[in-house]
Amino acid sequence: MAGPQTRRLTATLLGSWVVLVLGFLFIPIIIILTYAFDTSTIQGWPIAGFTTHWFVDTWADEEVREAFLLSTEVALAATLLAVLLGSLAAFAVYRFAFFGKEVFSFLLILPIALPGIITGMALNSYFVFWGIDLSIWTIIIGHATFCIVIVYNNVIARLRRLPSSWVEASQDLGAGAFTTFRRITLPMIATSVGAGALLAFALSFDEVIVSTFTAGAQTTLPLWIFGAIRLGQKLPEVNVVVFGVIAITLVPVILAQKLIGDAGRLHK
Amino acid sequence: MKLALAALVWRRPWLRSLLLLSPPFAWFVAFYLAALVALFVSAFWQVDGFTGEIQENWTFDNFRAVFGDEVYRRIGLRTIGIAAAVTLTDVLLAFPFAYFMAQFAGPKLRAALMTAVMLPLWSSYLARVYAWRLILAHDGALNWLLTEIGLPTLSVGYSNWAMWIVFSYLWLPFMILPVYAGLERIPQSLLEASSDLGAGAWRTLRKVILPLALPGIAAGSISCFSLTLGDYVTPMLVGGPGSDFIGNVVYVNVGVSNNVPFAAAFATLPLVVIAIYLLIARKLGAFEAM
Repeated sequence: MAGPQTRRLTATLLGSWVVLVLGFLFIPIIIILTYAFDTSTIQGWPIAGFTTHWFVDTWADEEVREAFLLSTEVALAATLLAVLLGSLAAFAVYRFAFFGKEVFSFLLILPIALPGIITGMALNSYFVFWGIDLSIWTIIIGHATFCIVIVYNNVIARLRRLPSSWVEASQDLGAGAFTTFRRITLPMIATSVGAGALLAFALSFDEVIVSTFTAGAQTTLPLWIFGAIRLGQKLPEVNVVVFGVIAITLVPVILAQKLIGDAGRLHK
Repeated sequence: MKLALAALVWRRPWLRSLLLLSPPFAWFVAFYLAALVALFVSAFWQVDGFTGEIQENWTFDNFRAVFGDEVYRRIGLRTIGIAAAVTLTDVLLAFPFAYFMAQFAGPKLRAALMTAVMLPLWSSYLARVYAWRLILAHDGALNWLLTEIGLPTLSVGYSNWAMWIVFSYLWLPFMILPVYAGLERIPQSLLEASSDLGAGAWRTLRKVILPLALPGIAAGSISCFSLTLGDYVTPMLVGGPGSDFIGNVVYVNVGVSNNVPFAAAFATLPLVVIAIYLLIARKLGAFEAM
């Protein structure tokens, strides 16, 4: 390539770009986390003073606690469904050649390739069409639909890296399909299933676009935030809840990355 | 009995694939595909203006209303225009970043940068939009900074500019990751060959690196474009009056005025745009790069 001097200059220039982009990515997050400790109820910058009493007030708010509980329930149920269906789909696509396989894998990515609003309103009018009342279950169905692909992507990425010789060796040594699955494949993919589950949880916990269309009278935590911001109500509480949501979604993501390790990136 | 069943399944691979496949397949057909089809079909129906009931008589009225009305045309063009601007911005922001990661960073730094991109990608969407609402507000962090360094304040908040900044911010990680994945796969030997053959750094970039990075860029652009196209929360929170997106019209028609057929007709616009986009991206090899 070009001389070492040019290379060094390029590295410096690109490196500065990286620093700027990192600033762009992280400064807003740091700012929004800071607001949770603001003494003032007017959201100006810099914050007026430091306090933690909004955390106490927010936790005392019945509405927030209920929304938190609902979001947790929805995320757990959606994750469970996504793990089951997503892993099955990954195995089927990986192991077998079948008619329409391409179409099937395309179908799986559709909920995240298409704009969320289309998924949301499609589900909404579908439920209305069948006369199904919007409830916690309709929220779960919506979330599970776009969470399946998260688990699928992570599991299939791992399966594709799994050396097929291991499975063959196990079968040569006399293990049946179920034994091979239990003793070889499952331990090898367990962490990717775990990572997929954690990511699905994080995604569901934070989702707002599809939820707007699939929730009836129920308010998930993101829906509560969205409503409060629009009405300009309880803004100090919003800051605290936003702080909490960031913390709650980041913990699973960091754990997921630990699980995947150097083996690869998280698949969204 | 259990053994016999196992043997039966084992001898017939198609039976196994069927067993594995049917639950997820059934889920997608029952909930998702059927819902999409229903949506598309309902775009040809009407709502009785008096009772608010949906009438199943076939008509193109909704489409005529969407494409014939100046207001909706403007909203459609605004949405697509900003989505395109955001995609382009993110390519420009992401490419040097990803190139540094792939070609200059050591393994440790690379892993650290990977995490640094992953964290905002997965952290709360709503929180990040809200952060910008506060930053761009009149007495927010941006104007504070400008005052500190002695510049006049700006009123970017609640405008199309604000939406452009916020969308570019939101989807940037979605661009960096696939572009990096594409660049990482370029073998060093190819770059050496190019320079041995007398190509300068710029020419190597144009003739070797960019063509090979194209599938990654296409993959990232699907996310940026599609996510912007379908959004309505960001326009509501950081857009000003008169910055409605297709999503906002859909949202109001489903949630408030209960005119699902009209909303469905309008929603087919991003659907068609995305479908065309996906076809082009597939040609560029985006699906292999995803």
